Amino acid sequence: MASNSAEVWQDARVIQTIPLTPRIRRIVLEPALPIPVAPGSHVDVRVRIEQSTDRRSYSVVDASRDGTRLAISVFESAASRGGARFMHDLEPGAHLEITQPLLSFPLRIGAPRYLLLAGGIGVTALAGMATTLSAIGADYRLVYAGRSREGMAYLDELSAQHGDRLELRISEEGSPLAVTELVGGVDDSTELYMCGPIRLMDAVRRAWIERELPLPNLRFETFGNSGWFDAQEFVVRLPAQGIEVAVKADQTMLEALENAGADMMFDCRKGECGLCEVRVIELEGDIDHRDVFYSERQKDARSKLCCCVSRVVAGSGRALIEIQSS
Amino acid sequence: MIQTTVNKVLDHPLNAWYVAAWDHEVTRTILARTIAGRPLAIYRTEDGRPVALADACWHRLAPLSLGKLVGKEDIQCPYHGIRYNSAGRCVSMPAQETINPSATVASFPVVERYRYLWVWLGDATLADPSTIPDMHQMTDPDWTGDGLTIYAPCNYQLVLDNLMDLTHEEFVHTSSIGQDELSESDFVTSHTDTTVTVERWMLDIEPPPFWRKNMRDKFPGFEGRVDRWQIIHFEAPSTICIDVGVAKAGTGAPDGDRSQGVNGYVMNTISPETAKTCHYFWSFQRNYRLDSQLITTQLRSGVYNVFGEDEAMLTAQQAAIDANPDYEFYSLNIDAGGMWVRRIIERMLEAEGRLPAVPVAAG
Repeated sequence: MASNSAEVWQDARVIQTIPLTPRIRRIVLEPALPIPVAPGSHVDVRVRIEQSTDRRSYSVVDASRDGTRLAISVFESAASRGGARFMHDLEPGAHLEITQPLLSFPLRIGAPRYLLLAGGIGVTALAGMATTLSAIGADYRLVYAGRSREGMAYLDELSAQHGDRLELRISEEGSPLAVTELVGGVDDSTELYMCGPIRLMDAVRRAWIERELPLPNLRFETFGNSGWFDAQEFVVRLPAQGIEVAVKADQTMLEALENAGADMMFDCRKGECGLCEVRVIELEGDIDHRDVFYSERQKDARSKLCCCVSRVVAGSGRALIEIQSS
Repeated sequence: MIQTTVNKVLDHPLNAWYVAAWDHEVTRTILARTIAGRPLAIYRTEDGRPVALADACWHRLAPLSLGKLVGKEDIQCPYHGIRYNSAGRCVSMPAQETINPSATVASFPVVERYRYLWVWLGDATLADPSTIPDMHQMTDPDWTGDGLTIYAPCNYQLVLDNLMDLTHEEFVHTSSIGQDELSESDFVTSHTDTTVTVERWMLDIEPPPFWRKNMRDKFPGFEGRVDRWQIIHFEAPSTICIDVGVAKAGTGAPDGDRSQGVNGYVMNTISPETAKTCHYFWSFQRNYRLDSQLITTQLRSGVYNVFGEDEAMLTAQQAAIDANPDYEFYSLNIDAGGMWVRRIIERMLEAEGRLPAVPVAAG
């Protein structure tokens, strides 16, 4: 919310780092300027990747009451862009630069019913909300979906904390998430908070619209880092600025353009605001729209995209896009 | 560390219910009012539910209160037409086909009770309606009365100080309720974690003009001396209900028999606006002659005049505080009630991590 958007960068000391699954590490931080952490908060972290620095957003999974200690959890996927590797290599005693907890996914207190839906590492955005809802005696359910038990973080903790209110959906165990059924059980006054892969969130959104449930009750957070296709390298051309550059699988189109010296407009860098919009002049391959700014109709038109998150994937030939920027 | 006695004025707790408006002020026309430093857009939905939203559009912070109400419960920003529902969720961004999921304005918990709209501006997970201060005389069928709002150009703490020590009546309210016995009589102060009580009895005295009139409303032609009481009930953070009255002298009022007297309750609840301004909601309730609108109106205008004298004093006091930033406050024995109020508020601020390490400068 507006009241919490000015970033305050500060030092944070790593006090603990432990593996939760083969690919997820829990990292406990002690920020220099602690403040109480509202559920749904994340911190932005400066990560070093080779010679350069970049920023990544991580949800606060849990925190001490006064915010002197906060825990994040970092998932290193096959498509990780280097930030996760840096985070996984941290040792206790290391120092990081982080923002204060930023609240871009606020939990509204006072809804009659809540449904929290976590897909994989998305559970990190919802664990704090579940704790709060439990503490105030709210009517809530936490549905946690994943491929396999070994890959799902915090299973024991969540089970101990939420008991029957926790529902596990594990595809390898034959109980995958049935989105239509899940949304079918939702009524007009339920607020659904979700965080997970874009396919999951898109399926929920479609089912939600299908059932004509109130759209403002569907709450979600996307850091724009998962798409319909695996990220692959493609070429972007920006003739107006005389630029042609390869966008590597581990960087965004906006990053590649910036590195090549393009003067780009942007704001949220997570596919929400639409300020980084570019127009398509020529396209070889297809667009992997990873934003929540465009409607289905606009995405299908293939004429514009949010260059902060969206990508190009090859069809039968090469992957290339020529664009016009603002 | 608790800084009692050195802070001239205090910050206000945020984890508390404050009155934002009288019930009749909350309508289908948006009310703009700042409570505890937070500008609010206050209105009712079509089905009568009160709503308090942060009065600043998510987009460019234009005041929503200058916008309009649309549909059953929505408010539309006057600048670019962005609409929010009563939960503060954006429901329409006119210039695009989707809605940015981050677009929200804060919707604060509200409760309508005792003819007031109460709002909670702090941690919403702690907003428990059972902690709204007891002001039941506002709506109890055994009581009647009415009141008004004073927009006071002073820190809210100064109003609390004023109400917790009524010896000022002798000097500020000479023509109505003041009398020498006020500062001559003894008083008893007690407190709990969230309340403070100051009780004062003045036995066998001549009633001042205000009370003689009230006695004659119930006992036509009344002459003679009275036993007078003032029992001040503070409930954190800023509600003070004062049990006041007189009874024919020696008829047992101090022992609980008030049948030969008249009883009023001065209901006061003060909502900070800024560090130097506050909204002071008051009402004078009584439990006799419930049928008489004339008495209700007379009492309201009488108290209005009395409180006008307080307002003038508080305005002058805040100005003097501002003009003398290097001077401190000192206390008297009569300040016991007010100082317990300060101690309780300081503890609330400390629990919120908002007690300043150094004394708050009033300037």
